[in-house]
Amino acid sequence: MSARTGATPGDRTEGRIVFDQVTKTFPRQGKRDEPTSALRGVSLDVAPGTIFGVIGYSGAGKSTLIRMVNGIERPTAGHVVVDGVDVGALRGSALRTAQKRTGMIFQQFNLLETVRVRDNVAMPLRLDGVGARTARARAEEVLDFVGLGAKAGSFAGELSGGQKQRVGIARALVRNPRILLSDEATSALDPTTTAQIIDLLRSINTEYGTTILVVTHEMDVIKDLAHEVAVMADGEIVEQGTVLDTFLHPRSPVTRDFVTTVVPQGLPDRVVEHLGGDGLWRLLLVDDEVTQPLLSGLITEIGVSVNMLHADMTEIQDHTVGQMIIKVTGPEERVAAARAYLEQRVVHVEEVAR
Amino acid sequence: MITATTPPWTLITPELFLKALGETLQMLGVSLVLGSILGVLIGAVLALTRAGGVLENRPISLGLAVVVNLIRSLPFIILLVAILPFTRLLVGTSIGVWAAIVPLTVMIAPYIGRLVENSLLEVPRGVIEAARAMGASPLQIFWRFMLPEARGSLILAVTIASVGLLDATAMAGTVGAGGIGDLALSYGYQRYDGFAMVITVVTLIVLVQGIQLLGTIVARRFRRR
Ligand SMILES: Nc1ncnc2c1ncn2[C@@H]1O[C@H](COP(=O)(O)OP(=O)(O)OP(=O)(O)O)[C@@H](O)[C@H]1O
Ligand SMILES: [Mg+2]
Repeated sequence: MSARTGATPGDRTEGRIVFDQVTKTFPRQGKRDEPTSALRGVSLDVAPGTIFGVIGYSGAGKSTLIRMVNGIERPTAGHVVVDGVDVGALRGSALRTAQKRTGMIFQQFNLLETVRVRDNVAMPLRLDGVGARTARARAEEVLDFVGLGAKAGSFAGELSGGQKQRVGIARALVRNPRILLSDEATSALDPTTTAQIIDLLRSINTEYGTTILVVTHEMDVIKDLAHEVAVMADGEIVEQGTVLDTFLHPRSPVTRDFVTTVVPQGLPDRVVEHLGGDGLWRLLLVDDEVTQPLLSGLITEIGVSVNMLHADMTEIQDHTVGQMIIKVTGPEERVAAARAYLEQRVVHVEEVAR
Repeated sequence: MITATTPPWTLITPELFLKALGETLQMLGVSLVLGSILGVLIGAVLALTRAGGVLENRPISLGLAVVVNLIRSLPFIILLVAILPFTRLLVGTSIGVWAAIVPLTVMIAPYIGRLVENSLLEVPRGVIEAARAMGASPLQIFWRFMLPEARGSLILAVTIASVGLLDATAMAGTVGAGGIGDLALSYGYQRYDGFAMVITVVTLIVLVQGIQLLGTIVARRFRRR
């Protein structure tokens, strides 16, 4: 990996992915007039050196989307432009040349079972006509980088899921690509292994400035890895923004559902039923907001009584995000004053509706 | 024709037996090699050109499938006589071992082709997707991904085909190619030589068992670890 050492994300000019009004339909067996719409007018701009997450439920069109970046799938309409090249318009060897500038990893790893780990990793170079010795030496270098140097001589069947994915990552990196595509790369792994793979992907991004496009249905992956996120539903992007912003102010119902998987709305339904409505508020606090004397302020300055029902904290993109659910009681105009007091001091206040 | 080396209760001499065994092995070996080469080609074309394959091509895929099914629908004994003019054109004669090798090869190649197609289709879609993602050409996908990943199952396919071939060589006597099967028919059956029948049957059983055992062992070694 020596050639690119020292590059920081900001330095990168290569690795931009632009989707311009991309539509994809698949013919449906027996129903020629009603094709499946996998993508409906998707537009995206992934800046060089960023980690961009795409999240959506099964069938949302995530795989279709990511597979267009390396041209294994072609748009029905619109353009997918990678570093100025309209990938969907390429054919034959021009397409293959473009494909060699991206690496891809998969949920099922997709390694060859009949050759050793180092030959799996060396395969892309062998396809390029690099000699066996040189390719293997380079493969072992990358295997060392992903922490699997000791397994170079093993077969895929002898490795754990996490180790297999490291081999997959090494294989994807062996050509020093500008772009790394990850289609549910951690979905077959347990939480601990997932965290390790996420750390590895992040270090690839910081060390080599590789643009990483991550497709997942796990909001945890987005939270821990991505800088920006697009939420997909039914072939469309329903919401897009920085990860922190999306967590703090989810707008669409789908996004809210995904956010809830990481920051659970912490009250049992029975409690909400009982206390819900005026004065039952959910607060989100970022970084320093978390440490201010908020509740004592409400009590002494506004003169309401406060009951704390739930509090938790999580880390999102180097920011501390706290959540509190409180019940404020007092005269109506005092409760309103309390709300105004909070809105000045925390990033988000909302009523927990019954 | 009783010679000094033959016990009085059989007509078969060791020379006769060894000659027949040699003919069988020659027919089996040559048509298996030729049939496997053609079969892998046929199987590759079928697997690559089918709908969703990396070289999707409907006319070629359909055309080849028709030819393959056509040949496979003929009983071997009929194929053998039906293509006699073609055999004569190819090897210059319509009798003897080589005259049997041509129809044996024609018979076994499409059969192996179908088995190879199935083996290649067993290679996980994800592996092909990974190959395409790294910019492999269709030929590289076949040669470096599909063929190695399928090799265990390919060996088993060839094993099955060998047993089928051995079966067919019994009919090679029709064109005077000899072989173990011919020995059984012309001595054991037509001349009521019980010993000839026993020894040919035992030989065929041993051959089949041997082929199967060898195939299984080699396939296991080549299989994924
Ligand atoms: N080759 C294909 N032929 C026909 N329909 C397809 C094909 N590929 C995808 N689709 C359809 O397109 C839609 C989107 O599929 P896609 O695989 O992109 O979803 P996804 O978001 O990746 O789902 P998952 O999380 O299950 O992987 C689905 O309705 C799917 O059935
Ligand atoms: Mg998918």
